[in-house]
Amino acid sequence: MALYSDKVMDHFQNPRNVGKMEDADGIGEVGNAKCGDIMRMYIKVDPETQVITDVKFNTFGCGSAIATSSMATELIKGKPVSEALKLSNKAVVEALDGLPAHKIHCSVLAEEAVRAAVKDYYDKNGIPYGDELMACDGHCETCGHEHE
Amino acid sequence: MNVYADNAATTAVSDAAVAAMLPCFQEFYGNPSSLYTTGQLAAEKLAAAREVFARGLNAQPREITFTSGGSEADNQALRSGAAMGARKGKKHIISTKFEHHAILHTLQALEKEGYEVTLLDIPPDGVVTAQQVRDAIRPDTCLVSIMFANNEIGTVQPIGEIGDVCREAGVLFHTDAVQAAGHLAIDVDALHVDMLSMSAHKFHGPKGVGVLYARRGIALENVIYGGAQERGKRAGTENVPGICGAAAAFAEACANLEKNAAYVTPMRDKLIAGLSAIPHSILNGDPVRRLPGNVNFCFEGIEGESLLLLLDAKGIAASSGSACTSGSLDPSHVLLALGRPHEVAHGSLRLSLSEYNKPEEVDYILEVLPGIIQYLRDMSPVWDELEKGQRPHLI
Repeated sequence: MALYSDKVMDHFQNPRNVGKMEDADGIGEVGNAKCGDIMRMYIKVDPETQVITDVKFNTFGCGSAIATSSMATELIKGKPVSEALKLSNKAVVEALDGLPAHKIHCSVLAEEAVRAAVKDYYDKNGIPYGDELMACDGHCETCGHEHE
Repeated sequence: MNVYADNAATTAVSDAAVAAMLPCFQEFYGNPSSLYTTGQLAAEKLAAAREVFARGLNAQPREITFTSGGSEADNQALRSGAAMGARKGKKHIISTKFEHHAILHTLQALEKEGYEVTLLDIPPDGVVTAQQVRDAIRPDTCLVSIMFANNEIGTVQPIGEIGDVCREAGVLFHTDAVQAAGHLAIDVDALHVDMLSMSAHKFHGPKGVGVLYARRGIALENVIYGGAQERGKRAGTENVPGICGAAAAFAEACANLEKNAAYVTPMRDKLIAGLSAIPHSILNGDPVRRLPGNVNFCFEGIEGESLLLLLDAKGIAASSGSACTSGSLDPSHVLLALGRPHEVAHGSLRLSLSEYNKPEEVDYILEVLPGIIQYLRDMSPVWDELEKGQRPHLI
């Protein structure tokens, strides 16, 4: 059978870094309940090194929404913020050994949740950033930005 | 424990049905249209099966047409009723917003062909009224199609009252009885039903067999053209093994109708009572006027697909009307028609029981489910906002 790969099922059933973070340096939330997916990502950043020392997530959504959130947190934990910003949805999909075609949007949400959390961190700390962080609210219909 | 609680999707084939099918593969394998003995033996099997359905519905054998399934029967019924109307210059059809897609999508096709369709709103209890039908009938109405029982929320419609309204108005009445047949008593004569569709695999028969009842005098339109099988109204060599299995399953279901309902209904009610105790949950559809085995709930703050996956991991097979399970962006049209907001409809769960389920399976579901819901709610940012009062509870 298997709608999902073993990796997806593992991250869905044993999600990494799930939970809230009370003292987060940045919080990003994308998606909306009406569409059936919301991801909220919390990051803790070392001000000296700009390294993401801790990350947590809360997700409302399907199995792949939970699995992509979990994988995204693993991929950015311990990485510099600048590198987390380069996380692509494609990298999340590959790390999960693939997703069904109609679930690719979940990986896009995961990518956008990371960017939203970094943007929030930059805003709170007065760190300037370029346009690429400005636009996305996780609503693919209104954006048109291409993801692989 | 493995629990199959998705009997509204399909059912296990009964021993009686399998026993009826097996000889048709290597013994009675002839083509019923052939004149030699082997063919005629198969033709006799077919005739006997037709008798079973006629008897079970209080109809005549010639009023029974075998199809490839419930969807084909629905397509053929609507196209036939529409064509009969068009010949009299009547091109208005009445149905409801929560029909199966086999009905809704056929109606959409008919709209493109120039018919006008009125879809009745669904009251909060999930039961359409005969008065709604009466109010919607116009001089140019040719056909009313209303499901016997809804496939998602299980609510049973007042088919007899609607049949009376249609008969009085001289309008053809079709009912999609795919979920009801084999589970509720059906007398097409008493209910004033002119056409009725059913599907064998919903009552422990095989997949790939549907039945269309059409009252004498109704001119069926072909959906499949070709040979003269089924009185020329449905071409293609008959699926003799499947039809024999379907008849055996239907005979068994009709003989045990009351016994099965008496056995399944208390399990349904125990599930409803148990799941109602979960905070911010709501039963979809009337608690009493529903199929004996249907339970359908919405749980706020969670999404249905992840719920199904976790239930599957515990050995429980169920279904959901969430968008993610359908592959579309919108959740179940049935739950939306019932008035559930999108965010609530995403968190739906349908458990459908049959007489093959056991009371201890219900206990197991009730033991496992609350924990899974709590686990998903603890992970959900929506639940977090609901609990903090940042988002209003909708149920």
